[in-house]
Amino acid sequence: MHRFVYADNSATTKLSKNVLDAMLPHLTENYGNPSSLYSIGQNAHAAIDEARRIVANALGANKENEIYFTSGGSEADNWAIKGAARILAKKGKKHIISSKFEHHAVLHTLNALEKEGFEITLLDVHEDGLVRLEELKNAVREDTGLVTIMFANNEIGTIQPIAEIGAFCREKGIIFHTDAVQAIGNVEINVVDMNIDMLSLSAHKIHGPKGVGALYCRNGIRIENLIDGGAQERNKRAGTENTAGIVGLSVAITDAVQNIAARNEKKKMLRDRFIDGALKIECSRLNGDREKRLSASANVCFEGIEGESLLLWLDNKGICASSGSACTSGSLDPSHVLLAIGLPHEIAHGSLRISFSDENTVEDVDYILEVLPEIIYKLRAMSPLWERIKKEEKGE
Amino acid sequence: MYTELVMDHFTNPRNVGEIADADGIGEVGNAKCGDIMKMYIKVENNVITDVKFKTYGCGSAIATSSIATEMIKGHTIEEALQLSNKAVVEALGGLPAHKIHCSVLAEQSIKAAIADYYTRQGIDPTLIVGEIHECCHDGECGKE
Ligand SMILES: Cc1ncc(COP(=O)(O)O)c(C=O)c1O
Ligand SMILES: [Zn+2]
Repeated sequence: MHRFVYADNSATTKLSKNVLDAMLPHLTENYGNPSSLYSIGQNAHAAIDEARRIVANALGANKENEIYFTSGGSEADNWAIKGAARILAKKGKKHIISSKFEHHAVLHTLNALEKEGFEITLLDVHEDGLVRLEELKNAVREDTGLVTIMFANNEIGTIQPIAEIGAFCREKGIIFHTDAVQAIGNVEINVVDMNIDMLSLSAHKIHGPKGVGALYCRNGIRIENLIDGGAQERNKRAGTENTAGIVGLSVAITDAVQNIAARNEKKKMLRDRFIDGALKIECSRLNGDREKRLSASANVCFEGIEGESLLLWLDNKGICASSGSACTSGSLDPSHVLLAIGLPHEIAHGSLRISFSDENTVEDVDYILEVLPEIIYKLRAMSPLWERIKKEEKGE
Repeated sequence: MYTELVMDHFTNPRNVGEIADADGIGEVGNAKCGDIMKMYIKVENNVITDVKFKTYGCGSAIATSSIATEMIKGHTIEEALQLSNKAVVEALGGLPAHKIHCSVLAEQSIKAAIADYYTRQGIDPTLIVGEIHECCHDGECGKE
């Protein structure tokens, strides 16, 4: 058998033992409804309160009641944006600024709002995958009520100037939301210092369970409900709480924000070792700024090959990774992120995203680097596109 | 996602390569949409005696080109022209619904190679071969 290397931590992560251990009692003994008055209900309630304190603390929030638990990052994004937009609309503020390479949870939400009559400006992210503060300033109008810019991009890993954007929005009285799903545990985040009004996060990207996340919403920022029903989450988000998931999230985030700097050193070493090795392959390129990126994530394009066939071969060798090719994005076009940084379609089809976690080792990276060139060689040898690229190089 | 047979053709594609003295070469698809297929055929007495392919594309594109070459090798041109995309997909034991469009290039590239063969013989291929779809997405590809 081959080595098994999980290098798709931007897609999701393995549940950690700490998290699982903390969750289990809430799936077994503490199964009571947190709204019930008997003890197993109240135990669950207390566990959720405690989790809320922990999450608030991990984000540097002033008060724990600024944290709302959701079903994940997508719901948090939908809620923050739709919830704030609908209140802002009543004040005549119907202009929202975002970026071209947001996650679909944000972009498709904005599309929906556009149909309701909102006006959306999507900022360019340039070749380096970074939003420019100047361009944000220029895009602001009288009726701009909300800015939503992701903390770190999920495909190419570039980290946006969030503190600068936050300071600017606060000064202008514009609500600022950030999707920090990929950034949590990788970048030091403090919602107060960074002037973040709303922040979305998700447990499954930080070794927590899938289907649970949170929205930080600063006291004083009003948002409409997205899910109406019972009185959970202080009447703001209905539905019997996912006690085990919420507890799992709190343990995951506690571990994720521990020693970020030291853990980043190790992950950066792995990442840079991968990037250096991958770029030795002919006709390859790194996507997004080399420095301003998540410590564990790299996205590289290889000309003349298609991403899905690359992933199938990697899987055949025991390596889990991802790509932004059309055939993996499930549409006719390659990923909107790669197109947003200006890659032509044919190059974007040949993309590979590798995202490490604390658990990866140098041996993992070396194994990827051993297998990758052989696969690319094999696919290029049978690629008429590669044949054409080589002919053009020779000037034929 | 893929059947064992698809993965077998993907990892061990049959008849990969080029034929230096091919009697017909057909290329369809484009880089923009992520699939290009190139077929080389050798024809003797109306029979396809040898066939080779090169494919740039996803697993489905590679597997369909591979099995399609097996399905026409040793067969007459008329038989090869009968080969449908549906038959290719069935021979593979099926493809996921969203992958069917990646498979149509196999049929088209064979038609394109046969059309090239006729053209080289001084025969107008249009009536015999019919229309060739250069791309898998009904002309959506290549449009900006
Ligand atoms: C940047 C970003 N936002 C939002 C999401 C959605 O989160 P979830 O899967 O928890 O709904 C993801 C993960 O896919 C993501 O990477
Ligand atoms: Zn196509």
